[in-house]
Amino acid sequence: MKETYRFRHKHILGMEQLSVTDIYYILDTAISFKEISSRPIKKVPTLKGKTIINFFFEPSTRTRLSFEIAAKRMSADTFNIATSTSSAQKGETLIDTACNLEAMSPDIIIIRHGSSGAPGLLTRHVDAAIINAGDGTHEHPSQALLDIMTVREHKKNIEGLKVAIVGDIAHSRVAHSNIIGFTKLGAEVRVAGPATFMPPHLDSLGALVCGSVAEAVTDADVVMALRIQKERQDDPLIPSLREYAQFYGINHALLQKHARADALIMHPGPINRGVEMNPDVADGEGSVILEQVTNGVAVRMALLYLVMGQEGGRAEA
Amino acid sequence: MTTIIILQNGRLIDPVTGVDEQGDIWIENDLIIPAQKKLPENSQCFDLQGKWLVPGLIDMHVHLREPGEEYKETVESGTRAAAAGGFTGVACMPNTIPVNDCASVTQFILEAAEKKGSAKVYPVGAISHGSQGAGLAEYGEMKAAGVVAVTDDGLPVIDSQLMRRAMEYAGSHDLLVMSHSEEIALSRNGAMNEGVVSTRLGLRGIPAAAEAIMVYREIALAELTGQRTHIAHVSTAAATDLIAQAKARGVHITAETTPHYFTLTEEAIGDYNTNAKMNPPLRTEEDRQAIRKGLQDGTFDAIATDHAPHSVIEKELEFDQAANGIIGLETSLPLSLNLVREGVIDAMRMVELMSSAPARILKVEGGTLATGTVADVTVIDPDKEFVFTKESILSKGKNSPFIDWKLKGKAVLTIMNGRITHNELS
Repeated sequence: MKETYRFRHKHILGMEQLSVTDIYYILDTAISFKEISSRPIKKVPTLKGKTIINFFFEPSTRTRLSFEIAAKRMSADTFNIATSTSSAQKGETLIDTACNLEAMSPDIIIIRHGSSGAPGLLTRHVDAAIINAGDGTHEHPSQALLDIMTVREHKKNIEGLKVAIVGDIAHSRVAHSNIIGFTKLGAEVRVAGPATFMPPHLDSLGALVCGSVAEAVTDADVVMALRIQKERQDDPLIPSLREYAQFYGINHALLQKHARADALIMHPGPINRGVEMNPDVADGEGSVILEQVTNGVAVRMALLYLVMGQEGGRAEA
Repeated sequence: MTTIIILQNGRLIDPVTGVDEQGDIWIENDLIIPAQKKLPENSQCFDLQGKWLVPGLIDMHVHLREPGEEYKETVESGTRAAAAGGFTGVACMPNTIPVNDCASVTQFILEAAEKKGSAKVYPVGAISHGSQGAGLAEYGEMKAAGVVAVTDDGLPVIDSQLMRRAMEYAGSHDLLVMSHSEEIALSRNGAMNEGVVSTRLGLRGIPAAAEAIMVYREIALAELTGQRTHIAHVSTAAATDLIAQAKARGVHITAETTPHYFTLTEEAIGDYNTNAKMNPPLRTEEDRQAIRKGLQDGTFDAIATDHAPHSVIEKELEFDQAANGIIGLETSLPLSLNLVREGVIDAMRMVELMSSAPARILKVEGGTLATGTVADVTVIDPDKEFVFTKESILSKGKNSPFIDWKLKGKAVLTIMNGRITHNELS
């Protein structure tokens, strides 16, 4: 007897909580939604009457916009709260702020926060569905899902692929979620960067830590570069962006020499051109960077739809 | 005529005299007196069949939060929790508001203890003015007012010259220096141990090296100055090793660890549980085993709790924003009894770690059941089982990772200066 699968997550906190079946179910749902964005009238009534709050504690352009467009294309009412300071600094705790939002009966709260675990903390205090749009250096599940969706469109199967992620792994929730996601689906994830960018025991997440970028991209099907932050004041991680570009930047010659000819080039954005990735690569043949952005809307539509389906109020797309 | 308290048929355990046998303790006023043949008229008798009779427990590392943060704990509430946990004495850290860096703050604490305390309070003064890390506090005046040691606990002393001078000057006033050993250049902004779990949770880690580096500095300075120095709340295998080596070559160093370091690992943080957040952080299983071995082989002199009450205001927050620290007075004894039950240490050694050694290190009374000494006595029922519920906690802080744990072994009678401060027997 085949058991009927049902998406059971009320909250999307990270790739860690999702099973392989969950991930493919989200991706399949996203594919069915992708077409809506190419219609002349890009709107379906699916989430009509639902209230969605974008609750962003860190500056974000594309993720916030992507979630907002996704919600609006599903006819939900969206509201944005952006603050660069945490509410604790204003004398109000995150929980208090969230409870105030809760009192206005939102259906979904999409949160980005500088503290790892903040979305999970919200789930214990509010009834709304919580979607993590990036928490500290923990997870950014919708980014990983849109990355996997993009790779899947080109490579069909994720299993057996060699995925290289290059850059500041230690401070990247994108890398964290992608390592978990791609590994769960059977890809081999290699990471490279200076040791100052490597968190301890990265192998425990399933990633293969490479000694050089060349090693990481050898025979790679996917090469993903991460945005390099300017040096942190209290923590000297790299001597200069100039030196970083020289030893860890992704350039055409490197890829031609080591990666597969059909390797996909990815970047979660925004790109520091000439630092972690050369323009000839970012704009080159294998680049799917803008497809990632397009798929971001579809994946987020799928997530909004699926977390609402939990309440039995599932409407037809 | 005073009432004589008679504790009968208990298992007397006294590390100072080496006694471990069935017996009685008689208490008149605030002293332990020789047992007499005839029961006096005015006596209060307790039959302690199956129970242990030990010198009153002393916790040499406690935060009582008064003055300044009375919503977290007061001398009254903290010592009440202490008495319930079997403690007759606690040494309280100076990181109050204001900092205990002068005689008047010391006096304030001692007056509160005198008026409302259920345990003896031994104030520990600051190493530096306001624990700001520059300039010595007035140890002579503080000692005269009643401090038993100095520390900038909570804040490591960064300046090695200051630490050296603190040791030397403290030595001149016969005061112990207690070190919160942390190299903050390595630990800054860290929220938990650096390792597998910090990587999984995306939290900034504090490497074990942050503790080991400073522990080694203190050992080197203790060697240089020849002064007695105490290493507080040791959490790592690396620091345990350094202390063992230093002791082997005769350095005047003592060390404490806590029940949470020998009971829990970083895994206790689970899904960002802020009640498992403290500094130094919970470490790995390897560290936990090394700590247990250190308790067994004598590397550690004392079990202290680092009792650090906080309210929900500091704890119901994002993990990296939440305050460090957990309460410990009411769980220390059952968790330490676990070590006895598991064969890591014997009962005598446990009493040494929780009473006799802290008394000796701090140079305070107690730690023995010898006739003629002060009547600080704890009666332990080693078999009493209970669930440590949030509602049962006497400390104002409810920040414990052991809430809802089933624990075994409890102080059922605590006597301080001949006065019953906690009684579950009658």
